[in-house]
Amino acid sequence: MSQRVGIEVSIALAEAVKMANADVIAAYPITPQTHIVEHLAELVADGELDAEYIPVESEHSAMSACMGSSAAGARTFTATAGQGLELMHEALFVASAMRLPVVMSVVNRALSAPISVWGDHSDVMACRDTGWIQIFTENGQEVVDNTLCAFRIAEDNSVLLPIMVHLDGFHLSHVIEPILMPEQRYVDAFLPLNKYPLPLDPAKPVAMGDFAPPSIYTEMKWAQEKNLQKSKDTILKVWEEFNGIFGRQYKPVESYRCDDAKILLLTMGSYSETAMTTIDKMRNKGYKENVGLLRLRLWRPFPHDELREAIKNADVLIVLDRALSFGGLNGPVCMEIKAALYNEAIRPKVVSFVGGLGGRDITVADFEEIITRGIDIARNGSEQEFEMFGVRE
Amino acid sequence: MENYSIYVPKLITKKENFAPGHRACIGCGEALAVRLAFKAIGQNVIVINATGCVEIFTSQLPYTSWRVPWIHTLFENTAAVASGIEAARKAMIRKGVIKDTNTKIVAIAGDGGTIDIGLQALSGAMERGHDFLYICFDNEAYMNTGIQRSSATPFGASTTTSPAGKSSFGQFAWKKDMPAIAVAHNIPYVATACPSYPFDLMEKVKKGLEVKGPAYIQVLSVCPTGWGCAADLSIKVGRLAVKTGIFPLYEVENGKYKMSIDFPGLRPITEYMSLQKRFRHLKPKMLEQIQQKVIEKYEELKEKAAACEYNCQTVLED
Repeated sequence: MSQRVGIEVSIALAEAVKMANADVIAAYPITPQTHIVEHLAELVADGELDAEYIPVESEHSAMSACMGSSAAGARTFTATAGQGLELMHEALFVASAMRLPVVMSVVNRALSAPISVWGDHSDVMACRDTGWIQIFTENGQEVVDNTLCAFRIAEDNSVLLPIMVHLDGFHLSHVIEPILMPEQRYVDAFLPLNKYPLPLDPAKPVAMGDFAPPSIYTEMKWAQEKNLQKSKDTILKVWEEFNGIFGRQYKPVESYRCDDAKILLLTMGSYSETAMTTIDKMRNKGYKENVGLLRLRLWRPFPHDELREAIKNADVLIVLDRALSFGGLNGPVCMEIKAALYNEAIRPKVVSFVGGLGGRDITVADFEEIITRGIDIARNGSEQEFEMFGVRE
Repeated sequence: MENYSIYVPKLITKKENFAPGHRACIGCGEALAVRLAFKAIGQNVIVINATGCVEIFTSQLPYTSWRVPWIHTLFENTAAVASGIEAARKAMIRKGVIKDTNTKIVAIAGDGGTIDIGLQALSGAMERGHDFLYICFDNEAYMNTGIQRSSATPFGASTTTSPAGKSSFGQFAWKKDMPAIAVAHNIPYVATACPSYPFDLMEKVKKGLEVKGPAYIQVLSVCPTGWGCAADLSIKVGRLAVKTGIFPLYEVENGKYKMSIDFPGLRPITEYMSLQKRFRHLKPKMLEQIQQKVIEKYEELKEKAAACEYNCQTVLED
């Protein structure tokens, strides 16, 4: 029911959007997102995807057009990266608060200045609290699968929230990988038509986006928060169903060789695959400690239960952030994890690394160094709150 | 006036799609303009509203003044949201998801939301040629936030961010010519209007709705609160804005200018300005300069209209 093909991840992603039969794509070109939207524009131009492609004049307008499209009841997709995501920033909050199920691929890119087109997670972290569901991917297969899942989750009438599917710029977006491309009929079975409950329609007028006085604002925000928290049930259900049809299971926190591991490394995104190789290598050569890897897939809503469960036997947890929280204690992911573990009676020592900024590689050997150095810091302490991996002073 | 009360109700629907009970200031020219516009628009419409006076005084959860589908998201993105809605309906109609009901897409915003912060999104939407009507209700400053100057504020007007003072005469730049910017996008219909001329306004709104592609209408909306004029003078002040040539009424169909109302002699600008506190500080010399420029601009506009008329005739004769 699937065919394995060698394909560039961006192209495969666009093909997934085609299989999802999106109605509207509004996008503004930005490296490294361009291959996705170019291919979509091509699919529309060739009549292979019956959709409106709106070549907007900015990312702010991209997200705004997506909000309009989604409010009108159309299946809506966009993609962006780095600066583009930040230009959308204001609109991101509105899309989630107004319950508009837009699906967006974010091709993670470093933020200016200095300008850098290469990947890291600075753009995501600045949009952490925008109320979007956020899913990280590690390889092309996960990108395709989670793009399909994203439409299903977002448009579920118990959810109705926008979703970002994150993929690392260049390291993931521009590589050619063997990917099982699902067959259309199975996609159709998995992904029903979008049925937005209250679209803008003169037959049944609705007012969307009224202003809220202090007497009601808090209640609306609380409803939004509860809704985002609750969306995890649907996310799990959809991943489960996806597995039933396509045979690939996704989880909020993925463990790799963690069963007997006292030392855990935690990563997000494409670098996780390199980290897995490091874990294999260290175990194969009989490293004195049992090491394992946690990969955080669901960034929002934050899977605190799953995380606590995953680390309960660990002594040391080493977190690699690919973003800085300027003037903060640690990398942003590490701070969140520490907060999630703080009240646990038994918890590992948590060590924070920041690295892989602006597209800098972290190799198999580098991860080994991070792990051994992390263990050392956990046991003997460090003068620094976090370590900037591989930086030249 | 008696005649009006007999035939107006026959010409104009009594149905209010923009319901009374909203919280606009007394004498609000904008509320009146919106009401008239939506009498012309009818019910088969989706409204996209920028942040601003209208958005605030017509919406407060859990109430709304809108009897038609209405959406507000942000300040500067109204035209972009409108393009999304237009495209969505187009795609869904083509794919058979919804029926083609010939529903109109109407974006409304103030002068700040249009000519300052919303200009890029509007320019983009006009350039892409979406089928929608954009109405700018121009009250010549950021009234909702407390009368700060915008690029639509007239030269010399005192606002809270262009205050007249010892070393300032108020607004320092000439009002940005947004209709000309709209015309430069080669869109099929551009017009100016004012609720002091209600039939003209409604006719233009109808025209803007009917053309295929983008239409832009800029409606001068007298703001007694911001302009410092008596609340019962809104209509009169609007009429004087037109009769002095300060806000001429015209339309541009497919690039062809046409004066909607022309006057053999323009009234002196002081008739208009003396009714408003925002111009009260202006010295005679300054008023004279403004008068000159108003005449100059008005003549320029008339020349454009005359040239178009001449060209039309030439074509006909050919």
